Amino acid sequence: MGKLYDRLNQDIRFIEGLNGCMNCGVCTAICPAAEFYHYDPRVICDTVQSKDEKLIEALLRSETIWYCGECMSCKTRCPRNNTPGFIIMALRKLSQELGYFTDSEKGRQQFAIKRAIGENILRSGYCVNPDIVSPQMHPEQGPVWDWISRNTPEIMEKMGSNYKQEGVGGMRTIAPEVLAELNQIFEVTGCKTMFETIEKHSKHKADELGIEISDEGIGNEYFMTVFTDNNGTHNS
Amino acid sequence: MVSEGKKRVWEDYQKEIADDHYFYVRSCIRQTFFPGSETAFLRIMRNDLGKDVFEDARHTTCTGIGYHTDIVPLETTMTIIARHFALMTEAGYTNIIPSCVTSFGLYTEVLDTWKHFPEMEAKIRDYLWKATKKEFKVPENLVHTSDIIYKFRDQIKEKSKISLVNKKTGLPLKVVEHIGCHYAKMFPATGIGGAEFPSVLTGMIESWGGSVIDYPERRHCCGFGFRQYLVMANRGYSVSNSKKKFESMQPYQPDFIVANCPGCSMFLDRWQYTIAELEGITFDDKGMGIPVLTYEEMAGLVMGYSPWELGLQMHQVSVEPLLDKLGIAYKKEEKYLGAHGQNIGEPQKPQFLIV
Repeated sequence: MGKLYDRLNQDIRFIEGLNGCMNCGVCTAICPAAEFYHYDPRVICDTVQSKDEKLIEALLRSETIWYCGECMSCKTRCPRNNTPGFIIMALRKLSQELGYFTDSEKGRQQFAIKRAIGENILRSGYCVNPDIVSPQMHPEQGPVWDWISRNTPEIMEKMGSNYKQEGVGGMRTIAPEVLAELNQIFEVTGCKTMFETIEKHSKHKADELGIEISDEGIGNEYFMTVFTDNNGTHNS
Repeated sequence: MVSEGKKRVWEDYQKEIADDHYFYVRSCIRQTFFPGSETAFLRIMRNDLGKDVFEDARHTTCTGIGYHTDIVPLETTMTIIARHFALMTEAGYTNIIPSCVTSFGLYTEVLDTWKHFPEMEAKIRDYLWKATKKEFKVPENLVHTSDIIYKFRDQIKEKSKISLVNKKTGLPLKVVEHIGCHYAKMFPATGIGGAEFPSVLTGMIESWGGSVIDYPERRHCCGFGFRQYLVMANRGYSVSNSKKKFESMQPYQPDFIVANCPGCSMFLDRWQYTIAELEGITFDDKGMGIPVLTYEEMAGLVMGYSPWELGLQMHQVSVEPLLDKLGIAYKKEEKYLGAHGQNIGEPQKPQFLIV
């Protein structure tokens, strides 16, 4: 049993997610990612259960593991109670810990997600709030969202929210002492370490590619590059 | 014999839903895109049904989107959720009701994992104590907020002002119901009706007079896919999966779509606009798209709440055709007014989608 497989096998989701795959392919038949990307969760299961270190390392460095949407439709269908989606989560965690994620275009996107969502959680107490859904970055949200963005306090008040105010209610300000607790939890449970790891490897990659990267936020060239790059090979 | 067997199987997918005294945790996406829905839920529960629903200002995101984009480790998410359990315990509650389906799925996953790996629960208790000096009891009852509306669907019907019936034809409206994947696909026993035949929304629709459309891609994901939407380069995944559903439901001519997941409601609304602008097509016969409601909005309309107080103006696909079918009176000129009746402008018109 090799080293990478051992590390995967320390992840509770890997333990729960892989009970022995018989390669029936039902997961692939139901998978929304397999319909869109060149992606086959059956092959992922087969590769990891082979315990072949070279193949697992190639997987950790590949585009493939970033195609799953974690809808977990596979969990319902597998006749052996495997969950390829959980296996993917373990693979992605290990890929980030080892810095392999920057080898793939889709993996490099983890930097954008860390900067956009990760930093927002610690700053606001929310994964998503109106401030981070800018019409420029989200043209698909359409003109109604553009109108909402320009009038957020008035519209939130009309909706009975407590927008950016103290106390209970929708979109309230999360108190500084609560954010301090969130920060503390992120520290003791390893999320800060994960964020630092994503930053370290992304900065190394940005330097290697000669692309400007800042210490925080989304206003830098590397962010926009990984946020928008699509080499067009993912669906074929 | 056969029918008894079916009854027995069905019993596996019923679940206990507490009667009263709920600790409420909000959804990041619902608060952002459909804030009127959470307000409507609380109004129905507190004012119309007389239930005790408690909210603590100190609750936060569950980190679900961070977790399912793989930047937040499992232990972190579990500890954040444990902190919510601590707030619930401190307030003297034992029933917890997340507004978000991603949160509900995660809360379920946390409790299930702790059941099978008690050492993980011990580790998380230790983390929470180290970080916050908080302790907690696990909830006795965990259900999604749509389960609560399902439970009280008949009481809501008794107080209803309208039915889900076309006022002109007298026929039941044809409704597409969409269940968020994380409601029951991961843990089927936690969803009413399981993953195959979830009845949480069909129960509401049929109780309130509508009919449910069964179509081939009924259980297909809306296409959110977390990183597949959040990162601009990946959004083709998201819109393609929604389109697959729209094409599949189109022949049945739905009057509206209703979803129990905040994200699904938003995507099924916004992607109709995107597809219309990109390809010049809609999935109705008038070029306006199929209206999409949250289940709270559907319940609010049935209860006679004002469409603009519910926030239906925050949808990109116009809801007026649906309101007309339901015979709901509304003032178009009030649609985009601010909280105090002030003029705050109007959204621009899309190029193709008719609004």
